[in-house]
Amino acid sequence: MIWPVDLIIMLLVIICGLGALAVRDLLGAAILFGAYSFMMCLLWAIMGAVDVAFTEASVGAGVSTVLFVAAVFRTSRRTKD
Amino acid sequence: MKTIALLTVLAIGAFLLYGTPEFPAWGDPQAPAALHVSPYYIEHTIEDTAVPNVVTSVLADYRGYDTMFETSVIFAAGLACLMLLRRYQPKTQETRLYRHVPTGITLRIAQGGKIPEASDEFERIDSQWVPYDLIVKLTARLIVPFAQLFALYVIAHGHHSPGGGFQGGVIYGAALILYAVSFDLRSTFRRLSERTAILLSAAGVLIYASTGFLCMLMGGNFLDYGYLAPLLGGDPVMARSHGIFIVEIGVGMAVMAVMVSLYYNLASAGRHDEGL
Amino acid sequence: MEDLAANFLTKYNYWAFIALVMIGFYAMIVKRNLVKKIVGMNILQTAVILFYVSIGAKRDADLPIIAHGHGSASHAVHAADYINPLPHVLMLTAIVVSVATLGVAIALAIKIYRQYGTLEEDEIGERIRNA
Repeated sequence: MIWPVDLIIMLLVIICGLGALAVRDLLGAAILFGAYSFMMCLLWAIMGAVDVAFTEASVGAGVSTVLFVAAVFRTSRRTKD
Repeated sequence: MKTIALLTVLAIGAFLLYGTPEFPAWGDPQAPAALHVSPYYIEHTIEDTAVPNVVTSVLADYRGYDTMFETSVIFAAGLACLMLLRRYQPKTQETRLYRHVPTGITLRIAQGGKIPEASDEFERIDSQWVPYDLIVKLTARLIVPFAQLFALYVIAHGHHSPGGGFQGGVIYGAALILYAVSFDLRSTFRRLSERTAILLSAAGVLIYASTGFLCMLMGGNFLDYGYLAPLLGGDPVMARSHGIFIVEIGVGMAVMAVMVSLYYNLASAGRHDEGL
Repeated sequence: MEDLAANFLTKYNYWAFIALVMIGFYAMIVKRNLVKKIVGMNILQTAVILFYVSIGAKRDADLPIIAHGHGSASHAVHAADYINPLPHVLMLTAIVVSVATLGVAIALAIKIYRQYGTLEEDEIGERIRNA
């Protein structure tokens, strides 16, 4: 029975996505977006798309989080929504 | 505004839900997407290209034309970021700060003063300079070479395991970004300057395109690596395998250089002084 | 009702895809902060990638790396034994392109911040009107 793992990770993906959008601090949003990407990478690994999961692990959870942190560092952490 | 947006989003969701029963069930082997082109790729990849990883052979051989322009898109994005943010400063500045590394003394050199020669003893710093954290610095110094080696392995072993030019290039770029985060941008520029990064990204796309043109010169179609057999040695099947490898190197170079140059421009907001 | 439950159990990945598309699209329209908008755009992108990858999934199939011994190039390969590799290829390049577009989007946000000193859409509009 592999599908419960699948469902739990899908739930975590949606929770992380909502969290990244709901949190009122841009640095927190960047980190939660990294968590979202990593959960998505796990989901694709379960679906058998190993190459896509590999790319997402290095791109989404690695480089794009750094780019978001750089953007927050060079602008401001403040957000109204 | 919010209600309109909510209505639009709900309408989109409703339309997608309405279409859901038409989609194949999850994991259905008879799904229409699995019946037309992909069986050919799966069944012929060994005899056509001798590459067991179907994703690599489709990416760089069967659909190589597509991937070439994907690489060009990445190159163009790197250039766009550079043009949006880069600010060049005049060479002459009033005062420069230098730090003598062994003693930790900071020298303030006024305009016209004698600037220390570039060496390991002196490093140029900015006014908001803070000391590096020792643990972070040492850990990064340990991780970076292994990450780079792993990236090269991922590029070279993409024929037989998950991996390839895109993943390896991103990991190599991430290793350099880790170096830049744990040290500063100036020491990273000494390893890989801005000019080298841009030249490498252009060279990656050039390697890809010129491999295609070489195939045309040898009498085949664009990116038909089988015709490179007289140059690479071996039969056309192995030539296609080697051609995929050459192209993956180009992709890896372009992706690595673009990732690093994106980081250079974003982390210093185009001034290329201090970084994160 | 039973029909709906069966529908959910066989197609829950599309439900996740729909939920993520709605979340991302809503964020792109409603959020006023530019970085939040970029996060929404990325969620929309990954949702579409999830859709493609889940189309390619196959039950009881192997990873798309052909098992072969040395010198046995002639043995038969059945397409039904392997997961459909085509969506993976298309989405692999899409992910790397998405990080490049993310870089350009962040560059634009930094440029706007440099010009107006804020990332909030309404404040930017106010500053443009007052200028």
